[in-house]
Amino acid sequence: MPSQPDIESVAEEVFTALADPTRRAILAALASGGPATATDLATRLPITRQAIAKHLALLADAGLVAAEPGERRRVRYRLRSAPMQVAQQFLAALARDWDSQLASLQDHLNATAPVQPTRKNEEKEPS
Amino acid sequence: MGFPDRIERTVEIAHPPARVWAALTTVEGLGTWFGDAATIDLRPGGLAEMTWTSGDKASMRIERVEEPTVFGFTWGINGLPDDDPRRTYVEFTLEPTGSGTRLTVVESGFAQLRDDSYRKAFDGNTEGWGHELGELVEYLDAIAA
Repeated sequence: MPSQPDIESVAEEVFTALADPTRRAILAALASGGPATATDLATRLPITRQAIAKHLALLADAGLVAAEPGERRRVRYRLRSAPMQVAQQFLAALARDWDSQLASLQDHLNATAPVQPTRKNEEKEPS
Repeated sequence: MGFPDRIERTVEIAHPPARVWAALTTVEGLGTWFGDAATIDLRPGGLAEMTWTSGDKASMRIERVEEPTVFGFTWGINGLPDDDPRRTYVEFTLEPTGSGTRLTVVESGFAQLRDDSYRKAFDGNTEGWGHELGELVEYLDAIAA
């Protein structure tokens, strides 16, 4: 069996990349505009081509972008969606709001409770 | 980091299991406290759907129906494409208590990564839109020919 990165390290690579504003800008540009070369990105982002090339190499090592075949300075990089989807599973667990859902279930049951005589109020009254 | 796979909550509800069961498994219940509208085919293998006025939608596949104690279904993971095979499993367990019901909900499978879905996720999908758009171009070429 070839060794595969485990799910947690995949998510960690994504969150580490997203924590850096330059890498976040590069990933956002590739997501919105599609595959691009370091030179393309340098015209769109306020970052030097050299800095972009360095970050793209890091992102490629982490598996978050893939280099398409091509001549050295014309290599286009594209976003790899699979690691992002793994990170999304992590976020989905954090975003699942069972606390609110269960509270609204309680409210629903209270609001639709069949009317029945209750002695609670009488008991609370001072005798 | 600790990838969260499982979420579990238990609440004490001051209503009998039969009423809680109805809230969990009927159109009137699910379409009120959970979704804004719902459909349900209450049997293992049956489908259910909740919709919200916001346009959101949740599609569920029912797995366990053991009235009035266990109700389980799977549904997609928020944010993943609709056809993604990864789904979480939600199971409600109802236990009668003296004054009502102890309801436990467990949702598990957030950290799943089966071998086959791994390959799909990491190899099959890497072409993404480039691949889909290529197919669209081929299709348009074919019908123009």
